[in-house]
Amino acid sequence: MKISKFNIVLLGLALVAPFVLYPVLLMKVLCFALFACAFNLLLGFVGLLSFGHAVFLGTGGYVTGYLMMNTGLTPELGILAGTIASGLLGAVYGKLSVKREGIYFAMVTLALAQLMFFVFLQAPFTGGEDGLQGIPRGYLFGFIDLSDNLNMYYFVLAIFLFGFWLINRTVHSPFGQILKAIRDNEPRATSLGYNVNDYKWAAFVISAALAGLAGSTKTLVFQLASLTDVHWHMSGEVVLMTLLGGMGTIFGPVVGAAVVVGIQNFLSGGELGNYVHIIMGLIFIVCVLAFRSGIVGEIQKVVKRNFG
Amino acid sequence: MATFMGINLFGLFGQLLVGLINGSFYALLSLGLAIIFGLLKIINFAQGAIYMLGAFAAYLALQYFGIGYWAALIVVPLVVGLLGVLMERFLIRPIANEDHLYSLLLTFGVALVLQGLFTHMFGSSGLSYSIPDALKGGTKLPFMYLPNYRAWIIIASLIVCVGTWWMIEKTKLGAYLRAGTENPALMQAFGINVPLMVTLTFGFGVALAGFAGVMAAPVYSVSPDMGSNILIVVFAIVVIGGMGSIGGAIITGLGMGIVEGLTKYFYPEASNTVIFLVMVIVLLIKPAGLFGKEA
Repeated sequence: MKISKFNIVLLGLALVAPFVLYPVLLMKVLCFALFACAFNLLLGFVGLLSFGHAVFLGTGGYVTGYLMMNTGLTPELGILAGTIASGLLGAVYGKLSVKREGIYFAMVTLALAQLMFFVFLQAPFTGGEDGLQGIPRGYLFGFIDLSDNLNMYYFVLAIFLFGFWLINRTVHSPFGQILKAIRDNEPRATSLGYNVNDYKWAAFVISAALAGLAGSTKTLVFQLASLTDVHWHMSGEVVLMTLLGGMGTIFGPVVGAAVVVGIQNFLSGGELGNYVHIIMGLIFIVCVLAFRSGIVGEIQKVVKRNFG
Repeated sequence: MATFMGINLFGLFGQLLVGLINGSFYALLSLGLAIIFGLLKIINFAQGAIYMLGAFAAYLALQYFGIGYWAALIVVPLVVGLLGVLMERFLIRPIANEDHLYSLLLTFGVALVLQGLFTHMFGSSGLSYSIPDALKGGTKLPFMYLPNYRAWIIIASLIVCVGTWWMIEKTKLGAYLRAGTENPALMQAFGINVPLMVTLTFGFGVALAGFAGVMAAPVYSVSPDMGSNILIVVFAIVVIGGMGSIGGAIITGLGMGIVEGLTKYFYPEASNTVIFLVMVIVLLIKPAGLFGKEA
C-alpha cells in the first residue's frame, strides 16, 4: 500500500485517540476491525461466505486464555499460540468446506463452527458456561506492563496494523490477483490451470489465523474467553460489519466494525439494550435491500462519479 | 428390567423414540428448506425463526383467542404461510437477480429480528403448552411405554412429509414445480405464472416450518431460541443429504434423528455433536451429499 497523506493522518488519529476516547472501547473496535478484515479477505476477495468465522475468534481466545492462566507465557507468545491454533483449525475446516460452494459453503462452515461450540461447552478446560475469567494480561516481552490500558492500547494497535498490512499485502500480491480471478470467474481460473480449491484453502487458512489473532488479542484486552465468542451470533455480527462497511474494500470492514461496536456500546448503556438484536437484524435487511456496497463502497462510488 | 445382551432395552427404545421425534422435526424443516431451495435457489435462514414463530403462535392463540391445538394446527400454518408470501413478495423478490448470498443474508436478518422481538416480549425462558386432551396418556408396549402425543408426532409428520412428496413427485402441480426448477424461463413461455408459483412455493415451505412449530409446542418448551438451535442441526442434515431430492431430505432427517437417539444411549457426551461429525465424514467421502446430484 502506498503511504499516502490520508494514511498518515489516519495513523496520527489512531495514536492520539486513547487520550480522547475510552481506550478499552477503542481496543474493542480494533480487535473487531481485524476480525472483520480477516473475514473480508474470504468474502470480499474470494467470494466465500463463511457463516462460522466466530469459531476462529473463539479458539484463539480460549487457547491464549488457557496458556496465559496456566503456563505463565508472555503475552506475545500466548497470542502467537492462539493464532497458530486457529490457523491449524482453519487448515482442517478449510479442507472440508472449500469442496462446497455458495450457500453450501455457508452451511458447512456454520455447522462446523457449531461442532466446536459444543466442544468448548463440554471440554474440561474451558470453564463451560462461565468461560475463562480473570486471565492475566502479563508483561509484554517480560517487562512492559500490559495491565496499563495505554500500553495495552499501543500493543493492540501494533497488532492491528500488522494484520491489516498483511491482508493488504495478500490482496495486492499475485496470489491475491488469483483469488480475485476465482471470485469473478471460477471456471475460467480453473481452465487457466489454477487449482482453485488449493487457493481457496490457503485464503481460508490465512483468514482463520488472523481471526484467531483478533480473538487472542481480544481475550487479553477483556481478560475473558467465553462462549459468546464462538456463538453463531458472533459469526453473524462479523458478516454484518463487513456488509455494512463495504465488502471487498480495504477500509470497509474497519468502518463497519467501528459502527457496529459503537451502536452496541450506545444501546447497551440505555434501556434500548433489549433491542440490540432487532436493530442488528433491521440493519442487515436494509443493507441487503438498498445498500449492498456498504458505507465505504458507496463513498467510493460518489468519489468516482465526481472526481474520477 | 428387560435386558438383551447387557443392553437396557427400556432405555434404548426410549432414546430411539426421542430420536424419531427429533427426526420428524428435522424432516419437516429440511423438507421446507429443500422445496424453497428447489425453485428459488436460496436457503431460508429464517426457517428456524418461523418454526419458533409457529410454536409461539399456537401458545398465543390459546392464551388470547381460545383457539385450541387442533384448530391451531390448521390456522397457524396458514397465517405463517401468508407471512412467508409477504416476505417473498416484498423482501426477497426485489433482490432475486442479485447473488443468492444476499437473499441468504436477508433471511438471516429476518431471523435476527424475529428472535429479538420474541426475546424482548417473552424473555428467554421457555413457556409451556399442554398436550391436547385427546392425546394425553399412553400405550404400554412390550418393551416401552409410548406416550400417545409422541406417537401422534411421528404419524402426523410422516403423513405430511409423504403427502408433500407425493404432491411434488406424482401430481400435475408437482410437475409444474419440478419443471420450474429446471427451466423457469421456458415455463413462463408456456403460460405458467412462474412468479406466482415461486411466491406460493415459498409460502408453502414456510408453512411447513409453522406446522412443525405447532407440533413442537407441547413437547419442547416454547422459547425464542428454539428455532436457531434446531436450524443449525438441520443445515448439517441438508449438507449430509444434499438438496437433490425431496425424498432424500425426509429420509436423511429421520435417519439423523435415529442416529442422534442411538448416540444418546451409547455415548451421551457426543449426542450434541454426532450429526456434525456425520457431516464431516460425508464431506470427506461424498462431498455432494448422500442424495445430492450436483458436484
